[in-house]
Amino acid sequence: MNKKAELIREISGVNPLKCMKCGKCSATCPSFDEMDIGPHQFVSYVLRGDIEALANSTSLWKCLSCFACVERCPRNVEPAKLIDAARQITVRTRGTEKDLSPDEIPALLDEETPQQLLVSAFRRYRR
Amino acid sequence: MKFSYYPGCTLRTKAKELDTYARKAAEALGFTLEEIEDWQCCGGVYPLGTDEIATKLSSVRALCAAKEKKQPIVTLCSACHHVLKRVNDDMKNVQKVRDAANLYMGAEEPYAGETEVLHFLEVLRDRIGWDELKKKVTNPLTGRKIGAYYGCLLLRPGSVMGFDDPENPTIIEDFIRAIGAEPVSYAYRNECCGGYISLRDGEKARNMCDTIMENAAGFGAEMLLTACPLCMYNLNKSEKLPVYYFTELLAEALGLKEAERYE
Amino acid sequence: MQRIGVFVCHCGSNIAATVDVKRVVEEAKKEQGVVHAEDYPYMCSEAGQALIAAAIKEKNLGGIVVCSCSPRMHEATFRKAAERAGLNPYMVEIANIREHCSWIHKDMEEATEKAVILARAAIAKVHLNAHLHPGESAVTKRALVIGGGIAGIQTALDIAEAGYKVDIVEKTPSIGGRMSQLDKTFPTLDCSACILTPKMVEAAAHENITIYTYSEVEKVSGFVGDFSVDIRKKARSVDMNKCTGCGLCQEKCPSKKSLSEFNRGLGTRSAIYTPFAQAIPNVPVIDRESCIKFKTGKCGLCEKVCQAGAIDYAQTDEIITEKYGAIVVATGFDTINLDKYGEYAYHESPDVITSLELERVMNAAGPTKGHLERLSDGKAPKEIVFIQCVGSRCDDHRGKPYCSKICCMYTAKHAMLIRDKYPDVNVTVFYIDVRTPGKNFDEFYRRAVEEYGVNYIKGQVGKVVPQPDGSLLVQGSDLLDGKQMKMRADMVVLATAIEPDPSVRKIATMLTASIDTNNFLTEAHPKLRPVESPTAGVFLSGVCQGPKDIPETVSQAGAAAVKVIGLLAKDKLTTNPCTAESDSLLCNGCSVCQNVCPYGAISYEDKEINDHGIRETRRVAVVNGALCQGCGACTVACPSGAMDLKGFSNRQIIAEVDAICR
Repeated sequence: MNKKAELIREISGVNPLKCMKCGKCSATCPSFDEMDIGPHQFVSYVLRGDIEALANSTSLWKCLSCFACVERCPRNVEPAKLIDAARQITVRTRGTEKDLSPDEIPALLDEETPQQLLVSAFRRYRR
Repeated sequence: MKFSYYPGCTLRTKAKELDTYARKAAEALGFTLEEIEDWQCCGGVYPLGTDEIATKLSSVRALCAAKEKKQPIVTLCSACHHVLKRVNDDMKNVQKVRDAANLYMGAEEPYAGETEVLHFLEVLRDRIGWDELKKKVTNPLTGRKIGAYYGCLLLRPGSVMGFDDPENPTIIEDFIRAIGAEPVSYAYRNECCGGYISLRDGEKARNMCDTIMENAAGFGAEMLLTACPLCMYNLNKSEKLPVYYFTELLAEALGLKEAERYE
Repeated sequence: MQRIGVFVCHCGSNIAATVDVKRVVEEAKKEQGVVHAEDYPYMCSEAGQALIAAAIKEKNLGGIVVCSCSPRMHEATFRKAAERAGLNPYMVEIANIREHCSWIHKDMEEATEKAVILARAAIAKVHLNAHLHPGESAVTKRALVIGGGIAGIQTALDIAEAGYKVDIVEKTPSIGGRMSQLDKTFPTLDCSACILTPKMVEAAAHENITIYTYSEVEKVSGFVGDFSVDIRKKARSVDMNKCTGCGLCQEKCPSKKSLSEFNRGLGTRSAIYTPFAQAIPNVPVIDRESCIKFKTGKCGLCEKVCQAGAIDYAQTDEIITEKYGAIVVATGFDTINLDKYGEYAYHESPDVITSLELERVMNAAGPTKGHLERLSDGKAPKEIVFIQCVGSRCDDHRGKPYCSKICCMYTAKHAMLIRDKYPDVNVTVFYIDVRTPGKNFDEFYRRAVEEYGVNYIKGQVGKVVPQPDGSLLVQGSDLLDGKQMKMRADMVVLATAIEPDPSVRKIATMLTASIDTNNFLTEAHPKLRPVESPTAGVFLSGVCQGPKDIPETVSQAGAAAVKVIGLLAKDKLTTNPCTAESDSLLCNGCSVCQNVCPYGAISYEDKEINDHGIRETRRVAVVNGALCQGCGACTVACPSGAMDLKGFSNRQIIAEVDAICR
């Protein structure tokens, strides 16, 4: 296992070996159709050490942190934590310039937009 | 009965109804919400990474403030509740987070998750009791068919949130019954509304909310009830059913608010 | 000073690869009293045993230490070898340098040092060993079987056929168990009732079998060969001797709203009832919770219509006490509670059912008279989805960590039967793995796919969503296609995990039989003694020991019966001489030992004591050697050090500790 894969295990606290490949996470995920790498595949990428693919995956930005996969996983693997750790690594290494720049924000707002939405999105997409 | 109160940023701005009616209802029900001084935004999402400390500190500060007053901390917004509850759990059970956070805080007495984190609904259920609430209802919302919308953050992960059965919750249905209305059960009540995705992909969030609303409406719900400003925002885009904060209907049932939007 | 021989086993490479056996021999030779030490690749082999025998004779050894595997494995072997060579078998000590040493260490230096220390401790102990002689106890030639399912019935039949008396205690009103609830059985699709009822009848008619239904084991005392058991015969409110089983009472009973346990709550039954038509005995019971007569005092209709005058409202529970030589636990299983699995909508939709419920739906005597229909609206389903591993293979707070073993096969059976009888119904199975080890099992599953067109999808279901139109939306994953799929279904069947019947905990406690973290009873040895409990005289049959299907249960039931027969065939049992004894001079009469003894082996009596010339009568502890199992609880509880255990005396143990700390 390479360094980045180890880092993902450390940040996430997830042991990917616990996964039994049942697919319940991908059956549950409300964002599955938008993801190029499905929740049930996260563990395999980490175990293979193929972090590049994971880091470039759309899945990083499509996970809604709804924790349905965490709740329903029969093996307590917590796939949401794995993908979040991959996202963390990506965000931490690329800096903040690439995603959701403050200049974009005004155009995304409407009358009703709650602060909570902005705060959450900033935390998820930038840092 | 006095509680420390953490309103969170949205309740000060876009979700004033959630806040105002909660305070009014609390007084009517015999408990006081004492707002924590100088509280800071919880960050909206719980930092999942085991090495993320700084982003957990605002929650720790609020939890420490409540500990000083020896009060449980009460929240209303699902996101704030989720973040505070999970950070508190980390402070209690994850030594790495506890040690690092306490180091940052530099407090004399280290914080170890002593504060009890309660959602307003939990106060109603566990401290007031549904029967007691029923007695205080002066304007029962008889005949209204209401679908409880829980969303994700209050319930999951169940092992930490301990709010209710994460797959088959009943607390909001019990609340609906207590204020004299009729709960409508539907399976998507704990399905995600899309959360923060709506900032960039409004359509995706709308589709998700459409599915939720269609399911609820199909079972006869005439309105939905939520505790979360972001769920409110996303659900409202769908326009199929009106959505209310649970505190609005609580205030109405307690005779503290005119029934303005309904009837 | 004993003349001691030390024998160090290599156990092939099991020990020798990690422990320097030659060095153990050399170090042992330095110990006081050791006049002989040698090593050998397999000390338990005939040649190894011959080495020991030869050394005992040639060197005139008074005690031996065998450094080898766990005493649970070969203590008996080496004791017999010593005895054949003329040495008292209790002059043999085992130093466990395999399980306690070579298997758990990697470093040879450390492991060798530990092996030497363990050998030294055993040598120190054997110096203090005394010649012990086992006693004898009688065997009550009668067996008790707890549980009247197929496991219990088969065990009882086999024991009875060998000519021994056997009693079955069953807590429900009829024997038959889970198998009686099944419609068909895999992989042959025989009708379950057709193959079970003859066995039930045979058991009921057998002269050597007594059946106590609606009865529970209340108390167990005694030990192997001589158990004494209290059985509570719950008040049936019907006289077993008078009832003719005509069934009129059940027909006339006005309280018909109780949920039928036999139909898994899918149908109702009367307050006076037999669980099913072929029930044995064919004598109803009154469920006093729902009986109008018991609730309000009014009614009494059953009494009026009963021509035989068998109804007896005044009946009370009766406790009978019986003696047994052996006890077989066959308490079976139930499906787990699905309260925590809200995502499958089991409680929300009547069309989401467990597989055991489907058995009842498919059965001609079931709630739908065998017609496959939705329980919500009675309509014929067109799409049925089966979900595997519901609560099995879970490492979370909701389910069980084990594979329930029977689900893959019964699901294939259900799918096949449905496709056979209703070819227009589509059947989809979501599976994680299809596990079909067993004779003709995989062939059976393949037939479901190839001949019956059952659609197997590798993946799990994340959520079942009841729809306003009454259908169910099943959201699952198809891992081989890499898709998430949403499909409409009319019925969803959950392959719900099985767990030991909850009653087993209480029974295990009464029998001092150990259970594992999943409440399955533990075997004496998982491979070599699979039907025996570690508690002597207690045997295991069926799912109480672990998940298994009918063929396996029947095999195990037979195996347990053979073990019981082997025990009952003996006139006398040799008893373990390593029992406790109390030193009357030291005993202060406090009764602590009596309170901790799990076997009731300690009593107190007034005894005349000569304490350094002072004669007085004192109340002192006395151990009944026949009851004592040598557990040692009393020796550690005794505050005055009066209790000692033969073969494991306080002196011996301290000598061992001293040797280790030297």
